[in-house]
Formats: sequence, structure tokens, C-alpha cells
Amino acid sequence: MSALDTGHQTGPLQRASSLAPSQGLAGRAARNTVATVVVVLAFVIAVIPLVWIILTVLQKGAALLPDASWWLNSQRGITPRIAGGGAYHAIIGTILQALATAVIAVPIGIFAAILLVEYSAGRLARVVSFTVDILSGLPSIVAALFIYAFWITTLGFSRSGFAVSLALVLLMIPVVVRSTEEMLKLVPNELREASFALGVPKWKTIVRIVLPTAFSGIVTGVLLGLARIMGETAPLLILVGYSQSINTNLFSGNMAALPLMINNDRQQALEPAVERVWAAALTLVLLVLVLNIAGRLIARFSSVKK
Amino acid sequence: MAKRIDVKDLNVYYGNFKAVEDVSMTVEPRSVTAFIGPSGCGKSTFLRTLNRMHEVIPGGRVEGSVMLDEEDLYSAKVDPVSVRRTVGMVFQRPNPFPTMSIFDNVAAGLRLNGVKNRKVVTETVEKSLRGANLWNEVKDRLDKPGAGLSGGQQQRLCIARAIAVQPEVMLMDEPCSALDPISTLAIEDLIVSLKDEFTIVIVTHNMQQAARVSDRTAFFNLAATGKPGRLIEIDDTATIFSNPVQKATEDYISGRFG
Ligand SMILES: Nc1ncnc2c1ncn2[C@@H]1O[C@H](COP(=O)(O)OP(=O)(O)OP(=O)(O)O)[C@@H](O)[C@H]1O
Ligand SMILES: [Mg+2]
Repeated sequence: MSALDTGHQTGPLQRASSLAPSQGLAGRAARNTVATVVVVLAFVIAVIPLVWIILTVLQKGAALLPDASWWLNSQRGITPRIAGGGAYHAIIGTILQALATAVIAVPIGIFAAILLVEYSAGRLARVVSFTVDILSGLPSIVAALFIYAFWITTLGFSRSGFAVSLALVLLMIPVVVRSTEEMLKLVPNELREASFALGVPKWKTIVRIVLPTAFSGIVTGVLLGLARIMGETAPLLILVGYSQSINTNLFSGNMAALPLMINNDRQQALEPAVERVWAAALTLVLLVLVLNIAGRLIARFSSVKK
Repeated sequence: MAKRIDVKDLNVYYGNFKAVEDVSMTVEPRSVTAFIGPSGCGKSTFLRTLNRMHEVIPGGRVEGSVMLDEEDLYSAKVDPVSVRRTVGMVFQRPNPFPTMSIFDNVAAGLRLNGVKNRKVVTETVEKSLRGANLWNEVKDRLDKPGAGLSGGQQQRLCIARAIAVQPEVMLMDEPCSALDPISTLAIEDLIVSLKDEFTIVIVTHNMQQAARVSDRTAFFNLAATGKPGRLIEIDDTATIFSNPVQKATEDYISGRFG
């Protein structure tokens, strides 16, 4: 302790002469090397599983994807013993459910973020912020159970793709709120003031100045949120049945989705089904990847003119 | 166009902190009034009460009255948004809207206030850019982003944007402090020419600038940090700079301050 104290006091004095080679120099270089090695090692350890996963999925899943029938056909009439069929029913299911989720979650999330950033003084804002905090820690299976209890048991609707979307809404809202909030905070206050000083009302300033300035960031956040919910499996298991055929009706009947297809075929120990598991997994990864890349591209070619 | 401002017994608060105390002054129409004084004495704060921008800050409030000709800006009937349409403002740092082109920046005030007529908008934009001495520099690239201009050009763009909504009064908070001497001169010339049409109030730390552009000068000071700022004296600029009544003013102007 005392060594630290005195070190602190004599610091400036030591620094004054530190250009001259001192005996601390070698020790510092050694510590620097050790730190560098540790950091690089940690990075490598973190990256290995990631690369491993991607390579495995690519290697095992790539076989079926080049075939057009994978993208155009369903699994209708296909048993675990037969190869063939496609994932179109699952892809369209995942996309439709994600779109329905976005249609509900994005406006709610953006309004909540506007409330938090632009009207932050009130009590309501504190309640909303607290709620969003809780939602962002909500396990997906709890969200699914809640929707089951509310939508199906209490209101009497049947299991459907839309029920899944409702559960996903709960998971997506916090992502949209938090990312939009960050983007709105990045909009300089000077722009709001410039708009007010032109005699523009606050709501119009938000709609016409603040949101357009933050637009690309908000879109990026929405796409990342979508990528996040597309792989959620618990709501699918609880709230909809798997269908091997194409069903584009969110409101009735069984409906496929990529995670459901993976789960379904996973339960069969037969080679054709296992192949489809990996192919569906790769398809899901690609879908998420496309959304991520789109999000980043939009951020790059942002609406802010440079 | 151009209105008289009459301030009576104005106190300005940030929450419980009284930033400016007991200011009374009159600003004549079609004149330039400069506010000078040490940092933190409340020049910006006071200036922002003249178009009700002060209350945008959480906790910001005002006691006293500000008359614009016959109308009390702080009476309950008055809408702060319409006040800001009448009393425009230019800020210390140029702040063009980054998502908009040069043209759209100048047109923003009109469009956001519901003017749709293309011809009116186009004419006003050109007139405002000419008024801000920027037309010749940008007329060939009106569709380019406003943020791509130089700092001095951006500030003139902001002035054009402010005059496009045809206010009666123009408030400027250190409009040249981020600019080089040439751009500063361009803006000073502009201020002098704008006073034909507007009542102008400008905050500046540059004494020469106050002497060059203003008809009247107000000196603000504060007794100590944490104390509210006060108006020490306001008079014709020539008088303030040659023969001020208050000793504090003379000390500040001759650099014997603090
Ligand atoms: N947003 C704010 N919240 C609380 N207090 C503030 C705020 N803005 C300014 N103040 C305080 O009000 C007082 C006056 O500040 P103001 O910015 O008006 O000074 P100024 O004369 O414009 O100074 P400068 O010449 O440096 O711009 C200062 O004590 C400042 O700390
Ligand atoms: Mg200031």
C-alpha cells in the first residue's frame, strides 16, 4: 500500500527523467509482451468455436443448398427415409412470422424510444424504461408461455404463426427500443434547437428532423433485432405445430419455420433427415447473415449526407 | 417587419439557479444591439429568453415580461412556437440539417411550417441565400448536402435558413466565434445589411466586432461565480466604448477585467 502511495506522489518527478533509460524499461517491455499474448490468446479462444460452428454448418449443410428444389419445394409427402423436398415452407414461415413481428414491434419500439429520449422528464418514461429493462431479460420460453396463457387459454385463439409472432414481439421490442434510443441520443441537440428556432413544433421536429437523421441507425437496429428473433425456437415449440407443407396463413393451422424444421428432422436418426437438419441450419445462418449485412450496408450508405 | 423589444424586470432560472437577474432594456427596431460581458454572465441565457428558447431546457423558466411591440411573449395566450417564427435565431456553431441539401436546408422552415407552393419556396430560397450573401457560391450546387460547405458558408446557410421564415427579430449567439477572419467579415457585413429589415441582437466576445456592427451595446456582468448575471449598462455603442458610465464597463472594455 505505502509503496503505491509514494509512487503516486513521486510520479511527476519520475516522469521528468523518464526519457533516460531506466531499469524499469525492460520490466515494462516484458509486461507489455505478456499482456499482448494474453489478449491475443483470449481472442483466439473466443474465435475458435465461432469458426468451428460456421465450418461445421457449411460442411454438413452445403450439399442441399445449390439445388433449386431446396428453395422452391416443401417437405410435403416426404418421409425421413426419402431424400429430397425443400425448405421453402420453413423459409416462408420464418419470414412471414418475422415480418408480422416487425410490423407490431417496430412502431411500438420506436414510439417508446421517442418517449424515452425526447420526452424523458415524465414518470411515464421511467415506467417504460423499467419495463424495457425487464423485457430485455425475459427468457423466450417465458414469453411463449405468457402468450400461450393470454392468447390461447384466456382469449381462446388457437395455436398459429401469429401467436408465435406475438411472443417474438415481446422479445424484439427491447432490442428496437434500446437501439433506437442510442440512435436518437446521437442526434445532436443543436439540430432540434435549430428546428425549434424556425418555429417548428416539437412533434414535427421529431418526425421531420430527428427521425430522418437517425434513420439508418434505426433501420440497422431493426434488422439486427429481426436477426435475433428469427432463430428463437421456444415460442415455435409452444405456440405452433410443425407443418411439412406450405402454409402462408399466419392466423390458422400449423406453420413451419426453419428452427421447427430443424427440430423436427433432428428427431429422426435417418441420413436424409439429418442432411436436411444441417441444410436448414445453414439456411437460417445465411438468412441472419443477409439481415446483418443489409443492416450494415444501410448504416454505411446512411441518409446523412456527407 | 422589425419590432421593438421591451424587457422588464426579467429573472431567468435554471431550476432553482437564478442565472440572470433583473434585466430591463429596450431594443429599437431596425437596429443592431450587441451583448458583451465575461463568460458565464448569462448573455446566451438572456438572449434565449427573447424567443422562448430558454424553456426548451428542462427546468428553464422566466419571471418578468418581454414585450414585442404590444405583445407580451410570456402571456399565457402566446404559443412559444409562434414566437420563434417571429424571433429567429442563429447559433454559435453552424448547425445545418445533415440529411438535407443546401436548398432543402433553406426551405426547411417554410416547408415544416406548411408552405407547399413550389414557386414561393424556390423564390424565398433564392432571396434568402442572396440575403445571406451565399447565393453566388452555392447556386450551382443547391442539391448538394449543406454539411459539405465550409464553416463560414455553413453559418451563412444557417442565417439564410433563419431569414427564410421572415422573422421580425434575429438573435445571434456568437455567430462568428467558429469562423476565420474573412468569413467573420462576410457575416459582419451581412449583419449590417440585415438591419434594414430586422431587429438584430448579437452576442459577441469580440469588442471590435461589437464596435463595428452594433448601434447599441449592452454590458452584462456577474458579481461572482454562482451569483446571477446582471445588465450593468446599455447605451449607444460609441458611448459604451468611449465614455461608459459604469467603472466595471470601462474596466472590461479596456481589458482590465478580473
Ligand atoms: N443548461 C444549463 N443548465 C444549468 N445552468 C446553465 C445552463 N446553461 C447555462 N447555465 C448557467 O447559466 C449561467 C449563464 O450561462 P450562459 O451560457 O448564459 O453564459 P454566457 O454569458 O453566454 O457565457 P459565454 O460567454 O461563455 O457563452 C452560467 O452560470 C451557466 O453555468
Ligand atoms: Mg454564451
